[in-house]
Amino acid sequence: MDRKQLINRLAEFLPAQSIIHEQEALRPYECDGLPAYRQLPLLAVLPDTIEQVQQVMRVCHDMQVPVVARGAATGLSGGALPLSDGVLLGLSKFSRIIEINKQARTARVQPGVRNLAISEAAKKYELYYAPDPSSQIACTIGGNVAENSGGVHCLKYGLTVHNVMEVTVITPQGELLTIGGAALDTPGFDLLALMNGSEGMLGIVVEVLVKLLPIPTRAQVMMAAFDDIEKAADSVGAIIAEGIIPAGLEMMDSLAIQAAEDFVKAGYPVDARAILLCELDGTNEEVSVQIKQVRELLQASGATEVRTARDEEERELFWKGRKAAFPAVGRMSPDYYCMDGTVPRSRLSEVLTGISKLSEVYDLPVANVFHAGDGNLHPLILYNANNPGELKRAEDFGAEILELSVKVGGTITGEHGVGYEKVHQMCVQFSEPELEQFRAVKKAFDPQLMLNPGKAIPQPKSCSEHKTIGGHQH
Amino acid sequence: MKAQDFTEQLQQQVQQAIDSKQPVKITGSGSKAFYGRETEGDELDVFAHQGIINYQPKELVVSVRSGTRLVDLNAVLAEKGQMLAFEPPAFGEGATIGGTIACGFSGPRRAAAGSARDFVLGTRIINGRGELLRFGGEVMKNVAGYDVSRLMVGAMGTLGVLMDISMKTIPQPFEEITLQRECTYQQAIERMNELAGIDLPVSATFFDGLNLYVRLSGAAPAVEAGEKRIGGERSDNNTIWQNICEHQHAFFSQDKALWRLSVPSDADYFELPGKQCIEWGGALRWLVSDADPSVVRSAAERAGGSAILFRGGDRQGEVFHPLAAGMKTLHKNLKQSFDPDGIFNPGRMYGEF
Repeated sequence: MDRKQLINRLAEFLPAQSIIHEQEALRPYECDGLPAYRQLPLLAVLPDTIEQVQQVMRVCHDMQVPVVARGAATGLSGGALPLSDGVLLGLSKFSRIIEINKQARTARVQPGVRNLAISEAAKKYELYYAPDPSSQIACTIGGNVAENSGGVHCLKYGLTVHNVMEVTVITPQGELLTIGGAALDTPGFDLLALMNGSEGMLGIVVEVLVKLLPIPTRAQVMMAAFDDIEKAADSVGAIIAEGIIPAGLEMMDSLAIQAAEDFVKAGYPVDARAILLCELDGTNEEVSVQIKQVRELLQASGATEVRTARDEEERELFWKGRKAAFPAVGRMSPDYYCMDGTVPRSRLSEVLTGISKLSEVYDLPVANVFHAGDGNLHPLILYNANNPGELKRAEDFGAEILELSVKVGGTITGEHGVGYEKVHQMCVQFSEPELEQFRAVKKAFDPQLMLNPGKAIPQPKSCSEHKTIGGHQH
Repeated sequence: MKAQDFTEQLQQQVQQAIDSKQPVKITGSGSKAFYGRETEGDELDVFAHQGIINYQPKELVVSVRSGTRLVDLNAVLAEKGQMLAFEPPAFGEGATIGGTIACGFSGPRRAAAGSARDFVLGTRIINGRGELLRFGGEVMKNVAGYDVSRLMVGAMGTLGVLMDISMKTIPQPFEEITLQRECTYQQAIERMNELAGIDLPVSATFFDGLNLYVRLSGAAPAVEAGEKRIGGERSDNNTIWQNICEHQHAFFSQDKALWRLSVPSDADYFELPGKQCIEWGGALRWLVSDADPSVVRSAAERAGGSAILFRGGDRQGEVFHPLAAGMKTLHKNLKQSFDPDGIFNPGRMYGEF
């Protein structure tokens, strides 16, 4: 393929500043939120109209050049990692909120709109967009659709797939499709379910219609400390068994508690083995009833301390510690590697024991942050990339955690996506016929495999090759 | 309920169908035989494939075999104070969860809580190559691979045979009341949308042409506070939601075709020959009418939605809303990717596949 010719063809409809091809200018595009993997793209384009995206796709299709879409590049699995022989399609210029419909409670936005910006714009109508990944200040809705992003409130309010009503998509051939709609049901197969979490492999999302919800009248957060992580996990089951679905249920282990406390002074009890943050929201009356119930349940589950945030300021502080947990742990170590398995909560203590054993085997510390309500575990492996072999050790450690998650009936990724990073672990979770079915789905949308090839779904035969080459060090 | 695993037998039957290129018609109790297009083929009966495989109330997860009767599943969940959030209709005593999911049916709680597909976490299916495949799982968050499980919901069995289904459950509300007040169609639509924009424990809405009914669910003090805020009379008709859900309400007992129009919730009321009632916060309009299908479909399209010939009428013609050209290609490609020989329920959804 002729790079020069590709640039010339793109320059027919894109202004010069929207085509980035010099090596130094391409540097910022070499990785996403997982900087352990880097690759310069062949070139990057930054279109700002739907027609331009269609034209880019047509040219790339015509010249057989693969395309990787990129939003804010906050993804944690290398999903937006460029290809050396591919075009990186940046959607950052699509940053307009097109319309907020107060009556129907929807927002029509371009894919480069930041997650939090939707809620900020909807606030004057007393509405908000529910999914709130920790990166919500920076991450974009297009990326959220690609990853089917979650957040701390998804036990009650669902993931991106539950909150997106329609996407406008450009096919690899440059055609425009509307999938879903402003009604609750649309004709045909549920292609919207496929688009959410498809990691940019089925189409380029150029417009999104999201559902908005009324802002809860009241939100109250409680913090409970435990001297035993199993008791903390059991208390979560006790709350849910009582018929209460908290808006957020987050757990941190002692290393994560210490790191967060050192960093933001959230008022966490640093001697606790685990803390649980439980947020209740809804009408004033509903929350009042539930606070009382939850406090009693936490105490009965053996919490050594239960505190309800006194005011909005303290509520924000409690959350700040949790939301800053990743950077806080980052301060303790030159590098950290964040995992994303989900496990049935009943198997939690077994998994945590397993992780702490692996931590000894690999001689790398690990801090655990956990969306306890839905079983999504984020072990943060601490390592130093400057020490020879330590990155490889962290990767192998991570791979074993994911395999453990699958073994107990969970998954290798709850919300960060498979991307480039976990593509080999897909072989652990899925059989070859299942992977082949995924490939067939991909081909239904993208027969020539032009969109983000090599990510998310392992290529044919790569599983057997991985098994022979791989093998973890113990 | 007799727990029994018929996976092997069903897989063999599918393999025979593939080998002989003989299409199959997937059936359970037959409660939804009225829905979709009429199809030919040997019966592939999943009704005997029954039983709860795993139920973890504390994790809000239940996994069941597809032939499990809805009434049995509901009873098991109720014992632990839980339920299916999407409140599916059964349309018959023998109705199975497999048929419910294949049709993608949701009931009165849909606008507030979510649809059948929203609560499906995982499925095990037999595809058109005779392979037994598992997608998704028993955890709430799972983004490994494409979301094939949710793709199965509402696919009318055309992509594969549903064997096992894992779903998220939710707690039953502590308290539930229904309020009613007289109004017009247009007022009902506006009021439904207005209520959905306020933080209130509204769990269902219905307008029968005369009265707007609003159901509130939650902790007793929250329901009472909602009642004060919304106003209207408290209805003592406790079976109204069940009757709407199962189409046993008087509205549905008319001797004409039943259309189901799915439109944006705030679409203004539009008249059509026949009678209408409204559910799902304005987003679902039922129409009993002998109007020409093209009249109904274009009215739904003008409102930004689509229409399904739900019951009655010509079941050999197209009953689902026509697909746009690009979407039609994609549907045929997907059908091909799951069922290359066109074995499963050919023509049940669209005449072309």
